[in-house]
Amino acid sequence: MKSKAWNFAAIGMAAALFALPAAAQKKYDPGADDKEIKIGQIGPYSGPASAYGTIGKAIGAYLDKVNAEGGVNGRKIKYIATDDGYNPAKTVEMARKLVEEEETLIVFNPLGTPSNTAIQKYMNTKKVPQLFVATGATKWGDPKNFPWTMGWQPTYQAEGKIYAAHILDTKPNAKIAVLMQNDDYGKDYLKGFEDGLGDKAKTMIVAKVTYEVTDPTVDSQMLTLKASGADVFFNITTPKFAAQAIKKAAEIGWKPVHYLNNVSASVSAVMTPAGLENGVGLLTSAYIKDPTDPQWANDKGYKDWVEWMKKYYPSGNLADGFNVYGYNVAQGLVQVLKQCGDNLTRENVMKQAASLDMTLPMLLPGVNVKTGPDDFYPIEREQMSRFDGKTWILFGKVYGR
Amino acid sequence: MTPRQSTLLKWLLAALVLGGLLVLPFLVKNYRVFQFNLVLVYAIAVLGLNLLTGYNGQFSLGHGAFYAIGAYTAATLMDKLGMPYWATLPIAGAVCFGFGLLMGFPALRLGGHYLALATYALALAVPQLLKYKTIEGITGGVQGIVLNKPEPPFSFRFLGQPFNADRWLYIFTLAVALLMFLVAWNLVRGRVGRALIAIRDHPIAATAMGINLPVFKSLTFGVSAAYTGVAGALGAICVAFVSPDSFGVFLSISFLVGVVIGGLASIPGAIFGAIFIQFVPNIADEISKAAPSAIFGAALIGAMYLMPAGVMGMFKGLWARWRLGAAPTPGPR
Amino acid sequence: MDALLHQIISGLANGCIYGSIGLALVMIYQSTHHINFAQGELAMFSTFIAWALIEHGWPYWAAFFATLAISFTAGVLIQRIILRPVEKAPVLTNVIVFIGLLVIFNSLAGWIFDFTIKAFPSPFPQKSWMTTPYFSAHELGSAAVMLCVLGVLFFFLRYTPLGLAMRAAALNPESARLVGIRVSWMLAVGWGLASAIGAVAGMMVAPVVFLDPNMMGGILIYGFAAALLGGIDHPGGAVIGGLIVGVLENLLGAYVIGTELKLSVALVLIVGTLTLRPNGLFGKHVVTRV
Repeated sequence: MKSKAWNFAAIGMAAALFALPAAAQKKYDPGADDKEIKIGQIGPYSGPASAYGTIGKAIGAYLDKVNAEGGVNGRKIKYIATDDGYNPAKTVEMARKLVEEEETLIVFNPLGTPSNTAIQKYMNTKKVPQLFVATGATKWGDPKNFPWTMGWQPTYQAEGKIYAAHILDTKPNAKIAVLMQNDDYGKDYLKGFEDGLGDKAKTMIVAKVTYEVTDPTVDSQMLTLKASGADVFFNITTPKFAAQAIKKAAEIGWKPVHYLNNVSASVSAVMTPAGLENGVGLLTSAYIKDPTDPQWANDKGYKDWVEWMKKYYPSGNLADGFNVYGYNVAQGLVQVLKQCGDNLTRENVMKQAASLDMTLPMLLPGVNVKTGPDDFYPIEREQMSRFDGKTWILFGKVYGR
Repeated sequence: MTPRQSTLLKWLLAALVLGGLLVLPFLVKNYRVFQFNLVLVYAIAVLGLNLLTGYNGQFSLGHGAFYAIGAYTAATLMDKLGMPYWATLPIAGAVCFGFGLLMGFPALRLGGHYLALATYALALAVPQLLKYKTIEGITGGVQGIVLNKPEPPFSFRFLGQPFNADRWLYIFTLAVALLMFLVAWNLVRGRVGRALIAIRDHPIAATAMGINLPVFKSLTFGVSAAYTGVAGALGAICVAFVSPDSFGVFLSISFLVGVVIGGLASIPGAIFGAIFIQFVPNIADEISKAAPSAIFGAALIGAMYLMPAGVMGMFKGLWARWRLGAAPTPGPR
Repeated sequence: MDALLHQIISGLANGCIYGSIGLALVMIYQSTHHINFAQGELAMFSTFIAWALIEHGWPYWAAFFATLAISFTAGVLIQRIILRPVEKAPVLTNVIVFIGLLVIFNSLAGWIFDFTIKAFPSPFPQKSWMTTPYFSAHELGSAAVMLCVLGVLFFFLRYTPLGLAMRAAALNPESARLVGIRVSWMLAVGWGLASAIGAVAGMMVAPVVFLDPNMMGGILIYGFAAALLGGIDHPGGAVIGGLIVGVLENLLGAYVIGTELKLSVALVLIVGTLTLRPNGLFGKHVVTRV
């Protein structure tokens, strides 16, 4: 009968229609659809920390490259960068703008401990990923209490512990002097360092002085440290002050065993202005390749990075390690998005971010990116290196998980 | 129009404006309401500074310090003592009044640029003080203090939007702002206001007329600091976070910018000043990511060219010209 | 004892830096009766120009004097083009324009030259006969340069007709106009000179603190303190004020209160000094007739 045939056809079509979406399984949260993924970012493009603004620009430039090569799983990435001027009140405002007005899928790589502290509760209440934050504070790897927040780089405390362990190994009776920036970054390094020294911290650290970012020089602090008679120096300073400290130490004839935090270990941004010969013997612990270190000149990862900078971020400085940082963290993001496939919900983004296991071309050999449901610290491995007047020579074992 | 009719018209206008303000938060998204809250908070702070600088001629580059003290007072009271948020406002005001008086005494001897330097040093010193390790237990040190946003006392829906924490804070802040604006308006309209302006314009003549200069000047400093302190407390509640980095020198400079852009010695000008310092940096950010501050700087200079007496000065000028044009010119006799 | 001496001498060296910025501020004040908040950023920008010239291969002293000329011209142009429209406006309007300039120059420097620190060469070689364990050759050299600038400025303002005209224009514009002085141009020259002095200060400072757009931020407040402590209308006072500020800053931080409360103590000091001597240490006490 004709009607029966039509019935069969109708049922067949209905079945087919039901089957199609089941096969596609596309799931979206605000900020993602078939065509594009919206990524929101907050950074200090103005104000006292504007030197770090280049990280956000580098991320944008890398995402341009990804888009030019077809995007992620056929979707283009729309990158929305906002400026918080390193003022936590503005960070709150920008986070709310990204989540409520621009409706981005995630808020990516906000920079600074106070800025991230200000928005952490909001992001977790709203259940929006606060992904790969740009600070080394230890508190970002806390999936039990803040499941929507994840750090990226090796923590300052971990690095401090490495130096403490090295001192206990090589110079157990040392007298240590510490110069630190008077903010969360300085305090976090110090805490790791003191924890690493354990009970001996009180007796070994004979001098501890601070400086503010608004101080013109750290000359007076260096004189105080020299006068303390210390023979080991832990230098927790940002690039400008690190260069000043290294130069001043040489000028006043103070030659301690000198540990430099890796935020300021760039060959061209710190060691060269300070005077290359003044930096011989300095120790640091690193996890990324310094773009100004001659040993990577013929490395494929480095050459790819230079090619990318020249094509997509020509105004960026090829000597600036922050541009390598931005490159790395953007690659991390792209990997997370790739792993998400067609399930672009915020929950899945965090799930995939907590299932990473890869290496990146501009990370040091031996350093990887690995996360798990209980491990919200993507990069943990570092290796110590010593400056020989031209480059940082890696030595010893690789620390961290 | 009879005087009675014009008064009625004024009341009607005021009611309309108030009604509009009350409906506003329900017309826009949450994050805009948050921005409006900040505008109201900055307006109170700018008004405080205007009382001191505009009406009394004492040049302060350090009001960010009072804002910070107010914010931290509120934050520590809420965090460590569990005080309800509305109770922290008067205390923050009183604490800052005290500090303002303290600053006011040496200010008596300093004039113009010297006072600017002293207050600038204050603005620099306070963030460093807040980080000091001895009081870290109370202030949270460099990590700052995270607060809980106050929940609205009742909830309903209006125009499809829920009455949530941000909108409640808007109503609350609006009420506080209206109250403080009213108090300031009363103050400057009466004898006190005239005394302040007399001190600003001609201190020696003012003394000769019997105005007690030291008392008035110090009290003005205190009141001005109290206003900015209350603003700081409100700001802390709205943002739900305080840290020493939130209160750098640029905050003090922003308040001064707000005062001048709004109009010196003008109460409604504070609103315009606050709108400028809240929204223009955002607009500059949208225009240029490469050099957003340069756009902001250009906007400042442009504003000074177009409105050297601030927004209210420009309005007054336009109003005067309109009235001159509207008034019938006497014809030839 | 040795450490104390070191701290004092280091403080004197820093004090020279503060004094030179203080000099530029005094210069602007003497010619315009305004305090120029943008002085630090202008000096920083001039130093970047010098750096760019040196990067292009110019010898140091050629770049130095070229930068002075460029800074002078730029100062004159800024006064003529940007400040003239608000010349008659109230003081605070001018202050906002200065703040605008400050922000623009800082932002432009960051955009054009970016934020990584750059080494700036010193004309005084590191290892020369002038070096002692306490002073580096550069510190001695920049102190000498600053004293030179101070001397030239003093001589110019006191003994040349142009200097006299400038002081007259600032003190009493009306009367100055009546004797034929072009007051507006005096203001422009004042700005040009101040920019040139600022450029010198920047080029002396940069080898020590390294060149970056935020180089002058911290120094400006100390430059203010130096100028005001010494008396805003007294060039020599600015230098002495700078030395005092430099030494005190070091001693306080090292021995009295520790580096964590340095700024608060500085505040108390400034307020205290000004309370006792409201016109600064060497300023003139102006008596006006009622």
